[in-house]
Amino acid sequence: MGSHAMFSQMVTLRRSALVVLALLASVSSAFAQFEIVGSWAARNTEDISRDSYPVDYVGLPLNDEGRTRALAYNESQLAMIERQCEGWPQFYFVQGPFGLRIWSEDDPIKGNAISYTIGGWEDRAPMVIWMDGRPEPSKYAEHTRGGFTTGKWEGNTLVARTTHMKAGFLRKNGPPSSDQTTMTSRFFRHGDIMTVLVVIEDPIYLAEPHIITKSFQLSAAPISPIGPPCVSTFEGRPLDESVPHFVPEKNPFVDELTKKFGLPRDVVLGRRETMYPEYRKTIKDTFVTQPACTRNCGAVPNR
Amino acid sequence: MRRYSLLALFAVAIALPVAVHAQGRGGPAAPPPTARASAPIDLTGYWVAVVNEDWRYRMVTPAKGDYGGVPITKEALQIVNNWDPAADEKAGEECKSYGAAAVMRLPARLHITWQDDTTLKVDVDAGTQTRVFRFGPAAAAAGTPTWQGDSTAQWERGGGRGAPPVGGSLTVVTRNVRPGYLRKNGVPYSANATVTEYFDLSPSPGGQMLVVTTVVDDPRYLLQPLIVSSHFKKEADGSKWDPTPCSARW
Repeated sequence: MGSHAMFSQMVTLRRSALVVLALLASVSSAFAQFEIVGSWAARNTEDISRDSYPVDYVGLPLNDEGRTRALAYNESQLAMIERQCEGWPQFYFVQGPFGLRIWSEDDPIKGNAISYTIGGWEDRAPMVIWMDGRPEPSKYAEHTRGGFTTGKWEGNTLVARTTHMKAGFLRKNGPPSSDQTTMTSRFFRHGDIMTVLVVIEDPIYLAEPHIITKSFQLSAAPISPIGPPCVSTFEGRPLDESVPHFVPEKNPFVDELTKKFGLPRDVVLGRRETMYPEYRKTIKDTFVTQPACTRNCGAVPNR
Repeated sequence: MRRYSLLALFAVAIALPVAVHAQGRGGPAAPPPTARASAPIDLTGYWVAVVNEDWRYRMVTPAKGDYGGVPITKEALQIVNNWDPAADEKAGEECKSYGAAAVMRLPARLHITWQDDTTLKVDVDAGTQTRVFRFGPAAAAAGTPTWQGDSTAQWERGGGRGAPPVGGSLTVVTRNVRPGYLRKNGVPYSANATVTEYFDLSPSPGGQMLVVTTVVDDPRYLLQPLIVSSHFKKEADGSKWDPTPCSARW
């Protein structure tokens, strides 16, 4: 064998080794993930976004500014024709009552996911989780209702970060979220159960990050993204009227939960210290368990 | 020749992960690493529950008859409507709402330690309960059922074929439990309940978080498995550790 032939063979071997290493890397990467694509049913055995009571900020770590804004909110704003189709921010995907339909856009050559999309609902924009390494937009870029989300795998956990959302609400009854809010979502899968941990950070209205966990169950029956698209219509409020609101100190619903469930006002108004075990000590001697439930006590057993 | 070289490289590449795992074959068998030594995540330390979900069912005693969110059977509804904390106290069963199916949902602090190389211990200050997670094959239920039952633990590892392990999680299955309450106000689970839990860790702003997903399967009292997820923040030390006795009323 001549030296030219040997050199040529070495080059070929080196190329082959590179190909094999690349293959190994792609195999490793593929196995370092779980399948997130599919239909995931919500079981709703935990809190869902509360809009039954106008003042219910229980479990929210609001700061004073956030609390004041929340108390100023009047749900009649939703009757304003320009606000009917505003929709809710992305964190509603773990607060709303619906299941998730998730699909991917795959690279046709490499086979890896370029993006995952969590299908939208009538009142929540779809969430596209970009997996291709693209950077977040400039801080001056447009904010949208759906925001901008990038994702990456950390072992068997999908981690997604959402930025560039418009100002909105943490819950449907008025606690606000600013346009500086970011959301980090972690998706853990165990068999047919997927638990999502969401951490919402807002330097304007939150005293500390707001944490939500919610579990979904893989569904054999397909779950469709829920539509149809929202269509605004006249609901009795002329365009020239003012924005419905309350003077925060005079919100007429501030004691509703206290009367109904005996919850202290600090709890109802979303003070962060109420979320930790030691808070129980401060109310142990004053809390009065309410009379037996007679209406709307839970789902009706069917067997 | 080139083709053979390429094939050989492929063969080596495909065999590599297997070869790594098969090291030691033919030589003196090395003992498998213990559960403690092979832990893909470190759950030890003090953790505090962040109770911002189901607040009125967890932080205070809900009204009798209120079982919102729990898919109970008609038989269970009878128990819910006949809840009597005084009777539980009289029977010495104040700990009914502190059993394995409910204890991770309590407003509580956890202290997780290794009892030995194959046993993870979880102390809970609310109700002064102790859970024992044993690694290894599941043992047949034996002995008198207890509030915390018999728990078998197993690591789930992140990463995959050829990839270095990255993180992981813990799965715990608990059986042989004493009948208890899912909530303080008498929403029941039976002795046949199986509790499956998944423990995941996550970095969080300023520290670390523990997420526990609990699945309670009880065909007698639940129409479908009850799935809840609870979250905890890691604390630097046990300065806020506050053991309290069980209470049937608070």
